[in-house]
Amino acid sequence: MIIKTTKAILASEITDPLLFKHRRQIIKGMIGTLLTGAGVKSVLANDNKPTWGDLPKADVLSQSLTVTPAEIVKNHTNYYEFTFNKTDSTSLAQNLPTDPWSVEISGEVEKPGVYHLEDLLSQQSIQEYIYRFRCVEAWSMVVPWVGFPLASLLKMVKPLSSAQFVKFTAIYDPNVMPNQKVNAMLEWPYVEGLRIDEAMHPLTILAVGMYGESMPKQNGAPLRLVVPWKYGFKSIKAIVKIELMKRAPITTWNKFSPNDYGFYSNVNPAVPHPRWSQNSERQLGGRFFMPRRQTELFNGYGNEVASLYSDMDLRHFF
Amino acid sequence: MTFRLDTLWSKITLVCLLPLLWVIIDITFDNLGPDPIQTLHIRLGDWAMRFLWLTLLVTPVQTITKWRGMADYRQMLGLYAFFYATLHVMVYLLVDHGLMWQIIAVDILESSYIWFGLIAYLIIIALTISSPKWAKKRMGKQWKKLHRLIYIASLAVIIHYYWQLKGNMAEPLFYLIIILLLLVFRVALWFKNRKFTKMMIPTTRRIKVVSVAKVLNPELSIDLQGPVLKELIIQEVEPD
Repeated sequence: MIIKTTKAILASEITDPLLFKHRRQIIKGMIGTLLTGAGVKSVLANDNKPTWGDLPKADVLSQSLTVTPAEIVKNHTNYYEFTFNKTDSTSLAQNLPTDPWSVEISGEVEKPGVYHLEDLLSQQSIQEYIYRFRCVEAWSMVVPWVGFPLASLLKMVKPLSSAQFVKFTAIYDPNVMPNQKVNAMLEWPYVEGLRIDEAMHPLTILAVGMYGESMPKQNGAPLRLVVPWKYGFKSIKAIVKIELMKRAPITTWNKFSPNDYGFYSNVNPAVPHPRWSQNSERQLGGRFFMPRRQTELFNGYGNEVASLYSDMDLRHFF
Repeated sequence: MTFRLDTLWSKITLVCLLPLLWVIIDITFDNLGPDPIQTLHIRLGDWAMRFLWLTLLVTPVQTITKWRGMADYRQMLGLYAFFYATLHVMVYLLVDHGLMWQIIAVDILESSYIWFGLIAYLIIIALTISSPKWAKKRMGKQWKKLHRLIYIASLAVIIHYYWQLKGNMAEPLFYLIIILLLLVFRVALWFKNRKFTKMMIPTTRRIKVVSVAKVLNPELSIDLQGPVLKELIIQEVEPD
């Protein structure tokens, strides 16, 4: 019953944001034509703002989602290295140098090493992935990420059979990241992790851009993880190190407060945070009186990922 | 004299409504940021809390400055705390949840931070209903007892604020410090007065208890010299 009500309201919401999106595309097209003439630039080009023209849409999903206006996604980020304020991070993150960038891949792999980002990207086919992004704070937005499957990067470095988990480490740069400088709250650098089957899942991507443009710094440039069926904090930003591990890594939020933030952190409306409900979420970018949406198990990606957890008690492994 | 007081009254009324005007302007011009409803929750909740703190500030200021003219404004400030708390709750029910009661019910049941907000709001409703002068007269001693629940409400409010945070714990620190100072002041006053009482009248236990209750009455705690206190206690005991 509840789901039906929510869907009925959702359907009536579609008109406005779609118009908005079209308007954006027109402007984007105009700017693209003005600036580049051709409209398409490769991420490999030594350019601060690479853009993609018509990217192929990844055929990992069938559901159609209404994309959140880019201005909202660009100005509503939890980037605690810079600030606890979701808007201030937009300007503060601009201090982070992201070019050149290299990623260390190590641990249980045949081909460990330090790779230049360009070299990694040149071997990947970049696609657009439109995912719902659900924050543990009970808000959500729909983001058209630009990226490639993590699996295809991992296959490149050839994980050993002993690799059971993947550990991601974000950049540590206290000179530009004020909260790292004062050791505020969390243990820095930020660390996240996935089980190897989660990491190899086709929905799990490394993103280098969004809305057809290169990744804004506040959104995790130049390379971030996106795991759409998990709470947003799992999708670590500004990755500098990917390690394949025999055992589960200790992740940042889990270490900070293990009862609040589990290793898995799969979106699950039936498992509330100890202090607040996860049953519903506020959708950003809609009209003012748009009511909350009922949160879906695995953020709506249950068809694709539920089998990963078929023999697990999701209340225990939250 | 009456006229001047009225003017001040109306001026304060206008000032107390400014935060609402500011909110309305920001809604009109879409100036509430990427998550406008969350911004509204925080903005209205903050103002409800600030007015509650101001209400609790009246007695200490009165005691310290010995200026007696403020008692009337305490009621007014308290009513504004109720006013902004009500808007805060209305935004939660109407704007955030569109009165979808099933989702609201689950949200309240599963969100412990909301329980504290709810406790505070229920207390504030009770205090608002019993705030008219006739209610005060009719309730007699019970009125004071009931209105002391404001201390519970203020603690519930600060827990409500902290409990919903994920990140920056320093944000509500200012408000926590203020409310602790306001509460510590009362405890200190209570201890001070209790000492006085002990020194003055070492008689039966019953009289002592009565005297402490009386001193806690903010309106009577302005002059704490011995003779006055003695008088109060005698007055209190006589009717029995």
